[in-house]
Amino acid sequence: MKKLLTAASLLALTTLPSLAEPLKIGVITTLSGPAGYLGEQVRDGLQLAIDQEGGKLGGVDVELVVEDDGLKPGNGLQIADKFMNEEGIKLITGIIFSNVAGATVPEVVENDAIYISPNAGPSNLAGAGCNKNYFVVSWQNDSLHEATGAAAKALGYKKVVALAPNYQAGKDAIAGFKREFGGDVTEIYTQLEQTDFAPEMAQIRAAAPDAVFQFHPGGMGIAFLKQYVQAGLSKDIPMIVSEPSADGVILNAVGEAAVGLKATTHWNADFDNEANKAMVAAWAAKHPDKPLTTYGQQAYDVGLLIASALKKTGGIDDLDAFRAALKEADFTSTRGDFKFGPNQHPVQDWFMVDIVAGPDGKPMWVTKEKLRDDVGDVYAAECKM
Amino acid sequence: MNSRILAAVLLILLAALPFIAQATGQSALLSLASRILIYGMAATSLNFVLGYGGMVSFGHAAFFGIGGYVVGILYHHADTETLFWGFIPGTTQMLITLPAAILVSGAFAAAIGALSLRTGGVQFIMITLAFAQMLFFLFVSLKTYGGEDGIIVRRTNELPFLNTRDRAVMYWVVLAITVAFALGLRRLTKSSFGTVISGIRQNERRMAALGIPAYRYKLFAFILSGMGAGLAGALMVNVLRFASPDMMHWTKSGELMIMVILGGVGTLVGPFLGAAALLSLESVLASWSEHWPLAMGLILLVVVLGTRGGLMALVTRLTGGRK
Amino acid sequence: MILFLEQLLNGLQYGVMLFLLAAGLTLIFGIMGVINLAHGSLYMIGAYAGTLAAMQTGSFWLGVPVALIAAALTGLVMEAVVIRRLYARDHLDQVLATFGLILFFNQSIILLFGRQPMFTQLPDLFSGAVEVIPGLPYPSYRLFIIAVGLLVALGLYLIINRTRIGMLVRAGSTNREMVRALGVDIRLLYTLVFGLGALLAGLAGFLAGPVLAVQVGMGEQILLSTFVVVVIGGVGSIKGAFVAGISLGVIDTMLRAFLPGMLRQVMAGPEADALGVGISSMGIYLLMALVLLVRPKGLFMAGS
Repeated sequence: MKKLLTAASLLALTTLPSLAEPLKIGVITTLSGPAGYLGEQVRDGLQLAIDQEGGKLGGVDVELVVEDDGLKPGNGLQIADKFMNEEGIKLITGIIFSNVAGATVPEVVENDAIYISPNAGPSNLAGAGCNKNYFVVSWQNDSLHEATGAAAKALGYKKVVALAPNYQAGKDAIAGFKREFGGDVTEIYTQLEQTDFAPEMAQIRAAAPDAVFQFHPGGMGIAFLKQYVQAGLSKDIPMIVSEPSADGVILNAVGEAAVGLKATTHWNADFDNEANKAMVAAWAAKHPDKPLTTYGQQAYDVGLLIASALKKTGGIDDLDAFRAALKEADFTSTRGDFKFGPNQHPVQDWFMVDIVAGPDGKPMWVTKEKLRDDVGDVYAAECKM
Repeated sequence: MNSRILAAVLLILLAALPFIAQATGQSALLSLASRILIYGMAATSLNFVLGYGGMVSFGHAAFFGIGGYVVGILYHHADTETLFWGFIPGTTQMLITLPAAILVSGAFAAAIGALSLRTGGVQFIMITLAFAQMLFFLFVSLKTYGGEDGIIVRRTNELPFLNTRDRAVMYWVVLAITVAFALGLRRLTKSSFGTVISGIRQNERRMAALGIPAYRYKLFAFILSGMGAGLAGALMVNVLRFASPDMMHWTKSGELMIMVILGGVGTLVGPFLGAAALLSLESVLASWSEHWPLAMGLILLVVVLGTRGGLMALVTRLTGGRK
Repeated sequence: MILFLEQLLNGLQYGVMLFLLAAGLTLIFGIMGVINLAHGSLYMIGAYAGTLAAMQTGSFWLGVPVALIAAALTGLVMEAVVIRRLYARDHLDQVLATFGLILFFNQSIILLFGRQPMFTQLPDLFSGAVEVIPGLPYPSYRLFIIAVGLLVALGLYLIINRTRIGMLVRAGSTNREMVRALGVDIRLLYTLVFGLGALLAGLAGFLAGPVLAVQVGMGEQILLSTFVVVVIGGVGSIKGAFVAGISLGVIDTMLRAFLPGMLRQVMAGPEADALGVGISSMGIYLLMALVLLVRPKGLFMAGS
């Protein structure tokens, strides 16, 4: 009975897919709750890359299967299980948060499916925990903040107050910042889900540093920026942040108060390359009411990467060939230079941007200078593949 | 009599689920079923103090998380070949990790219960919440064990003679433990101890007048309940192969409570039914539409307003059975 | 000294916010015996409605009545459709139903306004800073919030102690059955109290808008702290909510501001930071546990 079934399903497998069944890509992402806009950006970014090619990636018909993980690790795992075992999906992407990735990614990559991260790049999967089926297109978490440290150093700051929430990503952020900065850092840890930062503002004023570095993504970042300006600190103490604390959505919610901020990023909308121009124009046409953020861009690049590999292999039935094609990263990234390091995390450039008032009065990023050239991450050396 | 046949049929179906899942190609059913059984176990434990004992604990995720972290921490030390507190070696043997999880969560339940049971009513709800939140923040700040990012447990705990890495085997292990747990709990509720606990819920003063030390009985029930939740947490980490502070967040305590209420307070099967309803709904609705919480919210409202006593009451009404 | 004074003001402002939310919640809880988890949703609805109106009209002040009306209306509808059927039920059914309401309201906001947080602006009148004492500039909007909070407290005090409705409210939170037995239209009283609670939540939400992020789920972020205030203050007691709200705001702020520094005097930096933040995150829960162990019914149990 069981043999018969396997035989039947084998038959089905070999005959059916070639009949123009589109290749399914599983997208596990966060769409509910306050962080929902991040998942929305990732979904829309991927879809945009597919639409640009008329429903294909690399000449192969593809279809996105999107599901909301609700920011729960257990749900992420369950969806991955369903994707792989019920729908036969071999290519998965989309996770926003490190803790969902921690539960989900090992399950995917150990079952001969490919996971390509459009956002989270936690350290526990970058070093000894790396895997040949795991690719990160965005960044390793630490490098986000190393760039900001480098920027603070380049700007000549000596004494900085660094603030981040008291959880792993927050501590990693400050550690990453210090690694490249080298100056005097006063650390202040805020609480998870904190909304009122008045006590911290008073501490910053009392410390009178050259600059402030803070890492508060999403709603926390909005509240922090507003209160920083309202406390009158923005006049005297410059603030420098990494990209998650000043994305387009945060800037829109804060408004002109964000002008004057400095940020570091791996990508900006004003980059002068064809791939980027095409993406920015297409996004503006399709989503005029939503700003394009790095989350959307990262997902778009995931689409381009998949397209480059599919162009060579024509499908993912031969997983080894597909993996090898992915590893070559033979595509023009919207960020410019891009290649994979030994742990299949990006080796890329980092930039400093100024936040200025745009033509419509809304704040926007303007690229100022390149900070770091072709850098990978500190965990790559621990990865043995 | 009828209910026995029903239970037997259900058990056979559950035991055959791995084959059914494979035959119908719905193998994600297996992980959904594992999660339902485990959450059901945690919810049943909560129901023991909440439904039978009248102690509304809003901090049961703490014990669930502690149980999970025992497995995670022991794995971490086995993996890195280090010692916990300088003298306890790690292990990946399920025969050690599960009892350890039960004992440790029982110890936490003893400490929290001893303090919390000095209050009652709404104050009990809030004080159990307070202790759970303190533990949540503690685990968030533990850098050695991954803090907010949690511990990835690369290998499921081992059992002699069984390959627990096989999903179906692990499911059967969970099923066997769940059945043993449910039977044990059934005996407990029908024992004289269970009668006293119910009696205390109905009228604590009368029980005290009968010379029964209510506080001690309640504390003992609370400890047992914490142990059950800890066992469920330990199994959850084995199935998810991941432990994180998310397991003890107050929303998780809320979710367990929702399962109990949705299924039917003070019934044995109710919490399992509640867990099954909540998790399947979430999984089915989420695959239909990204706006699934809207439908979920309305369904919950309809269930509360339309039935008294949750899904169990609905089932008994539909089958016309006496309760 | 100046830093201490500034932190005291910060604590006061945070406490006032907590009080605005807790006042409604404690009344609803104490008088009707309803645990309303969806109280945070009313806060969110006030913030969205008011902010939207302020943006459309360009005037912050027009946002105030819109926020109040929207939250109160939602509250009244919620009471009539759902809450009213729950008065006779036990707390657990109320928890499940109001949890359903949270899901419903959050997703409705996403459907209506999308997932992106809203842009908010300070009123021109209060966009600057005021020198409270020489050397201490303080954001005038925060002073405004403190003033509004204190005014509301005074208003509630007058209503509860000087009017007939207030008398019924006091009686209701002490002995519900007795009020019913006296032939008072308890249903109308309940509706009024629920509407008032919703109104206060909406006001808090709108006032918080320019300081925080107006986004989906903002109500749940502050819900837990609000319940802590209600329980510490004593269920049903406005006075308790006021005292507990202000003290909690001040204590929480002071712990966060000064504890890591104090610990750093006696131990190494990183450990001091970790311990300091750990303790101050747990601060309000620790405080609640202690209060409940000493006074199981809270500080000001209504009617005692």
